[in-house]
Amino acid sequence: MELCPCVKNILLLDFEGKRVAAKFFCDDWPTNGAKEAFEKAVFNKTQKTNARSEVEVTMLENNIVVYKFVQDLHFFITGGEEENEVILATVLQGFVDAVGLLLRGNVEKREALEYLDLILLCIDEIVDGGIILETDANIIAGKVASHSTVADGLSEQTFSQALATAREHLARSLLK
Amino acid sequence: MAQPLVKKDDDHDDEDYSPFLGIEKGAVLQEVRVFNDPQLDPRRCSQVITKLLYLLNQGDSFSKNEATEVFFSVTKLFQSKDLGLRRMVYLIIKELSPSSDEVIIVTSSLMKDMNSKTDMYRANAIRVLCRITDGTLLTQIERYLKQAIVDKNPVVASAALVSGIHLLQTNPEIVKRWSNEVQEAVQSRAALVQFHALALLQQIRQNDRLAVSKLVTSLTKGTARSPLAQCLLIRYASQVIRESANTQTGDRPFYDFLESCLRHKAEMVVFEAARAITELSGVTNRELTPAITALQLFLSSSKPVLRFAAVRALNKVAMTHPMAVTNCNIDMESLISDQNRSIATLAITTLLKTGNESSVDRLMKQITNFMSDIADEFKIVVVEAIRSLCLKFPLKYRSLMNFLSNILREEGGFDYKKAIVDSIVILIRDIPEAKESGLLQLCEFIEDCEFTYLSTQILHFLGNEGPKTTDPSKYIRYIYNRVHLENATVRAAAVSTLAKFGAMVDALKPQIFVLLRRCVLDSDDEVRDRTTLYLNTLGGDGEVVETDKETKTLLFGALDIPLVNLETSLKNYEPSEEPFDIDSVSKEVKSQPLAEKKAPGKKPTGLGAPLAGPPSTVDAYERLLSTIPEFLDFGKLFKSSAPVELTEAETEYAVNVVKHIFDRHVVFQYNCTNTIPEQLLENVSVIVDLSEADDFAEVLSKPVRSLPYDTPGQTFVAFEKPEGITAVGKFSNTLRFTVKEVDPTTGEAEEDGVEDEYQLEDLEVVAADYMMKVGVSNFRNAWESMGDDFEHVDEYGLGPRENLAEAVSAVINLLGMQPCEGTEVVATNSRSHTCLLSGVFLGNVRVLVRLQFGIDGSRDVAMKLAVRSEDEAVSDTIHEIVSSG
Repeated sequence: MELCPCVKNILLLDFEGKRVAAKFFCDDWPTNGAKEAFEKAVFNKTQKTNARSEVEVTMLENNIVVYKFVQDLHFFITGGEEENEVILATVLQGFVDAVGLLLRGNVEKREALEYLDLILLCIDEIVDGGIILETDANIIAGKVASHSTVADGLSEQTFSQALATAREHLARSLLK
Repeated sequence: MAQPLVKKDDDHDDEDYSPFLGIEKGAVLQEVRVFNDPQLDPRRCSQVITKLLYLLNQGDSFSKNEATEVFFSVTKLFQSKDLGLRRMVYLIIKELSPSSDEVIIVTSSLMKDMNSKTDMYRANAIRVLCRITDGTLLTQIERYLKQAIVDKNPVVASAALVSGIHLLQTNPEIVKRWSNEVQEAVQSRAALVQFHALALLQQIRQNDRLAVSKLVTSLTKGTARSPLAQCLLIRYASQVIRESANTQTGDRPFYDFLESCLRHKAEMVVFEAARAITELSGVTNRELTPAITALQLFLSSSKPVLRFAAVRALNKVAMTHPMAVTNCNIDMESLISDQNRSIATLAITTLLKTGNESSVDRLMKQITNFMSDIADEFKIVVVEAIRSLCLKFPLKYRSLMNFLSNILREEGGFDYKKAIVDSIVILIRDIPEAKESGLLQLCEFIEDCEFTYLSTQILHFLGNEGPKTTDPSKYIRYIYNRVHLENATVRAAAVSTLAKFGAMVDALKPQIFVLLRRCVLDSDDEVRDRTTLYLNTLGGDGEVVETDKETKTLLFGALDIPLVNLETSLKNYEPSEEPFDIDSVSKEVKSQPLAEKKAPGKKPTGLGAPLAGPPSTVDAYERLLSTIPEFLDFGKLFKSSAPVELTEAETEYAVNVVKHIFDRHVVFQYNCTNTIPEQLLENVSVIVDLSEADDFAEVLSKPVRSLPYDTPGQTFVAFEKPEGITAVGKFSNTLRFTVKEVDPTTGEAEEDGVEDEYQLEDLEVVAADYMMKVGVSNFRNAWESMGDDFEHVDEYGLGPRENLAEAVSAVINLLGMQPCEGTEVVATNSRSHTCLLSGVFLGNVRVLVRLQFGIDGSRDVAMKLAVRSEDEAVSDTIHEIVSSG
């Protein structure tokens, strides 16, 4: 019996339910079609709810889904039906807050796509193969941000400076 | 911010600004060439990797060749010292999941990173390498991994531990050798390292029960450093409890630890512990109480996740310990209107398990709105809850059956439909009144049923029950339709059902034969065989003969031979002159019981349920009242009446009242529901006029502060009455409240309200309210052991009556006592009758009554009343009740 708390997937969808970033950690959804179908089901089930101030929760296909919406972005974390909802909610809150830090408060689809590398690294730092790595948003964001900056020998940069540089790097380059 | 407008703009802007607009796999694959440049541009390389990751993330897949090409190009990037780029390289390698011959290319680079001075390199290289490696390579890097587990950098240690958890699935023998290092990591000061080490250590030792038990024992003495680790510890502890359940007696190990976790400051730990306690096997009420209290607090939390978690856990408890949950009913009722439908559904199903008869209709109304919003798995739970509710309160079958048939027509999967059908079948079996309507619902369902299994089950059931109804012919059309429209399995079942009607109902025989003959040419063997068999055995040659019992048993009787045995015998039978003899088949059931009659045959104890009902509600009231401090010094609750409706159905405000009787007090509990969505009621109280209830004096009125739409609330009025006197009287009630308009779109109430009143119906307190129905199994014994010390006998004339039965039931109702040994039933036209009653009177005095009735030609009824009780005053009181009633 699996006793360790387990995350089945992390989803970041836009306000139309389209995938911005997604990571599936188990074999429940083997194909991209199955993944998209699940995303669609999750989105449809939750879109009318108001999950802006507090993390909300629902059941879907024998899974627990916790979710929160910020601007036009919908954040989801899925766990098995026996999972402790409060743990999943803590992971989600860490994810949402870390993204907020990395995008410097501009949590929007456009920003998220511009800094997609940060988002993907962020997910990578939260869960590894379903096992929770970290739930503290500051630590998560710190790990992600430091990676993309120290390159220029600025290892002594403060965290916020690091963030700023990271943003500039990518904004300029990806926009052209 | 004007949301819709912004959205439109965003939509438009997105088209312009998305960095990935018009991205094409082919073009990106071309861009990968920059990885091969002698002068690497880290920034540009990172962008290209991001684009590759974007494509993969959106579900694009690379062909084998494309992936290999990308992979080889990516390996070149290890030359760059750029940290950010390296991080992206790690990410893309994990996503590409290279094959084993490709892995070799990066192994040395990754191994170098594993020994780097940069923590980030070490941590990530471990994660990547462990993700893509196979067993042979693992032995090479094992040494480094063991070091990493005890690395002083928590990120590196966690990376190694988590990788260990993954590797344990594929290479358990290697990972098991690390247990010393893991053991050391469990002592780590870093919160998450401890969590990961704990997870790995338990998995390494999971087959060694003693080791796990030791581990838990040593760790539960201190506290874990992170809530996650603490949750894990709780899970291990409950596993140890589970596994030791059979071997140990006395106090449960680790219960104190679980209980102490209920006071942890992290909510996830409190919940984990509460849930663990509720799931202990054979949990006692004493063990359960602190956990329920913790969950109850969560019910009123502002966080939906906590409310959800708590109500879900309580819902499970309600299945096994409904009484333990009734304490939470008030909190639960307020959750019915929770914005989060999942929470509301769970609250409803929990209430269905713990609720009482008066709340059924209200609950059903609320459930109907929810059914379309919730998943099948929840619907099944609701259906099962409703089934048991219906058996508990058979009088409510009509609204429950209605509900079931409505949801049967809606969309749903097999398990859901099966649950509904099973429920209807059980209701039909246990509640005779529900039979005809239930059968018709099933008939309509099979008209449009996509599940063969359900169709055949229903047809079989129809064949058994249909012929016994008053008008069997109305089912024939539904059954015969199946013969035209369905697959062979269903057709065969339909033919059998038709034949059953033919065999059981002689009047239908000619028509049935006509229908059966049309099936003789069916394309399926089984259908034709059955038809021929039935036509021949039932005498289908035109003449209508009564089918004899033997034929019926042959055709429709239960096969009392296990199918497995029959199958074996048939296989062993060799064709010969001697026919197969079914009597030679063993009837002994081997290991497995007959799997045939499962769900529909499962007959729940319909009789047991309603009997269990009343005491449980009394208990619930007692708990409710005990939560109100003002009532505490009234002493022990003697009796609570069934709810009495004070309003007509479908009025603006629905009010019913429960009379609670105490030694020197009476408390009226008014259950009020506001049925107007546009109104919020505040300060709701009931004004009681005592002009026709002289013996009572009002001592206290407890209003409901706020009564939103459709959320029931209770207001109480308490009266004092002289002790030992069966004070009776009539109370006229007026509902008084402040009404505030509510904006239906926002749900916000206006500031100012208007005082208003609403006239309710009158309520009476009668002598029967002071009597509890408590039966005795052997009246004569009880009567004789009571002795005639306080016996009081007298004779009364009851005047002209319709018949004897009416007189008997009038006296029983007047006294409110429990008739014993079925003596409340009067044989028709009998001229005399003896009725035996038993009860407990206020002050816990046992009372027995023997009534002898006689009726003369002019319908005048005379009655001899003999009372025995433990208190002379009570015996006299019973006579007073009769003489003044």
